[in-house]
Amino acid sequence: MSLLEVKDLRTTFFTPAGEVKAVDGVSFNLDRGRVLGIVGESGSGKSVTAYSILQILSYPGRIVGGSVKLDGDELVGASDEKMRSIRGNKISIIFQDPMTSLTPVYTIGNQLMEAILLHTNRTKEQAKARAIEMLSLVGISEPERRIKQYPFELSGGMRQRAMIAMALACEPDILIADEPTTALDVTIQAQIIDLMLDLQKKLGMAIIMITHDLGVIAQICDEVIVMYGGRVVERGTAQEIFYRPRHEYTKGLLHSIPNIDSDQREKLIPIGGTPIDMLNMPAGCAFAPRCDRAMKICLKEHPKEYWVGKDHLSSCWRNVETGVEQGLIETDSEGNITKIDLERAVQEQ
Amino acid sequence: MSEIENNIPFTPDPDHILEVRNLKEYFDITTGFLKTTKLKAVDDVSFFIKKGETLGMVGESGCGKTTVGRTLLYLYKPTAGEVWFDGKKIDPKDKAGLAAFRRRAQLVFQDPYSSLNPRMTVGDIVAEPIDVHHLCATRKERNDRVMELLSTVGLSSEQSTRYAHEFSGGQRQRIGIARALASDPDFIVCDEPVSALDVSIQAQVINMLEELQDKLSLTYLFIAHDLSVVKHISDRIAVMYLGKIVELAETNELHRHPLHPYTISLLSAVPIPDPDRARASHRIVIEGDIPSPLHMPSGCSFRTRCPRATEKCAECRPEFVEVEKGHYVACHNL
Repeated sequence: MSLLEVKDLRTTFFTPAGEVKAVDGVSFNLDRGRVLGIVGESGSGKSVTAYSILQILSYPGRIVGGSVKLDGDELVGASDEKMRSIRGNKISIIFQDPMTSLTPVYTIGNQLMEAILLHTNRTKEQAKARAIEMLSLVGISEPERRIKQYPFELSGGMRQRAMIAMALACEPDILIADEPTTALDVTIQAQIIDLMLDLQKKLGMAIIMITHDLGVIAQICDEVIVMYGGRVVERGTAQEIFYRPRHEYTKGLLHSIPNIDSDQREKLIPIGGTPIDMLNMPAGCAFAPRCDRAMKICLKEHPKEYWVGKDHLSSCWRNVETGVEQGLIETDSEGNITKIDLERAVQEQ
Repeated sequence: MSEIENNIPFTPDPDHILEVRNLKEYFDITTGFLKTTKLKAVDDVSFFIKKGETLGMVGESGCGKTTVGRTLLYLYKPTAGEVWFDGKKIDPKDKAGLAAFRRRAQLVFQDPYSSLNPRMTVGDIVAEPIDVHHLCATRKERNDRVMELLSTVGLSSEQSTRYAHEFSGGQRQRIGIARALASDPDFIVCDEPVSALDVSIQAQVINMLEELQDKLSLTYLFIAHDLSVVKHISDRIAVMYLGKIVELAETNELHRHPLHPYTISLLSAVPIPDPDRARASHRIVIEGDIPSPLHMPSGCSFRTRCPRATEKCAECRPEFVEVEKGHYVACHNL
């Protein structure tokens, strides 16, 4: 059994303009001590997936289906009280912007001790000692002085370190990092990433790393989920995703970033079109309107997720097509229908 | 460096469209009651840009790269220093000359959301430089020009009556570029034009900027913090740290043989989108944070984080010298 099992998670925002299916059937497993990366562009649903796991969605968002199991324990539909005992204790989160996610009116020490006092039986003195210990663990100098300071007195990198200290104070099983380095400079980003990997080795927690930066993903993730339009389009090990991408969107994403090692000025291959409008989602594959290799079937029906290799799943009709050729697709009692659809897909191409 | 002080007459190279000489921009910051401190946002920066090339300017937030771009366009009044454009020195007292310079030198802003007026239609936004510089005599001429500009950046003509909020980030950046092109400039300062955009859209805008450069023979100053993007688009790269240029070289030279310790650590901190190589490569992670520009370290400003720092670094500021042809660096311990 995996530490975290997310199955067919669906979160919808009921806005006055219409329903936005921000997360539409996301499934993945996370094992102890692993680093999972979620990559996608803005509006792809990567942050909402994280917020849904912790149930910290803002109005009018609601989980409308699916299941989130932590150690076999169902979280969807759990009481508020139970969720409070999990947040910050079993699953912690660090946010993108360390300035706005710390309250400006309390000291760093006060905010660190809050989580410790809430989730453990420590006294105030012990909590303070623990806060100082955590700050020195994340590499903040003079922690005794820092705990009396307010967030505005710290630099961006320091604030993000304080956020990490706060998230790890109760030794969670899972740390969700929602774009933790996007607001930071590259040299500070390198420091924070090194720190997270170092702490992960020391404390052994699992990390869910949400980012749009493929470089960060390549550096630290064991497994990768690629999201587009609220769905997982591809998932697999980092090696599989980077070296053998099997979804047109992933391929496009990898082609559109400049290669820092090449000496020639090669032309970038952008993904055409504009980002999708979540209020007017296409009927078929969400990426089909921007996909150069889209077939008719892509616009009509959403492709199912198929195993395209060991540790590698992809939802792309192009794979289904090759899957038929190679006899990779299982045919159950309804398998015939799938097969007819596929033939049509190839014909109408 | 002391040419200005010594009053040696300066003759600009005819190949250089822009010469920036000893540019300084200090801001007064209130630090107490009746007390102000000078914030040296740009502190003695000199460089040139050749006609038709792209000079990339990289550095971390607060290093003064945006201020350099804005000061050389005289959007801020420089505290000291000279800007020479196309063989002529810019004189802020010469209003007509300044207006002519501004027609030929334009700016594309970082944030496509706050840099477009929400109350103006896209057509009017794009036409503003035309109106300001009286470039079109008739209404029809103006309209035709707006349509031409919109199609140049890949927008359709019927979109000219819409407002900025109806467009996505990438499309807004196209509008910003169309506006910069409206006065038919020779030189454009691109101030982080793609950093607010998604990766897939970034590539579209970068390709468009490159195509426009070829078509309209433009010269760019490309300011960004993303080193892979800067490497892709630039012919030469200048690296800034705390208001100063610490290294300047031809793009491939800078990546192959970085000399300044800051450049070396900056390049090694860039995450490589390749799992095996990213894990195999040894990264040099520099310690500490950027010092506050209000309390600048003495001597070399990088010495507080520098692995090579010596006593000399604290005593005097290293000169910005040409160590190889076209490769400038400011460091005592090369």
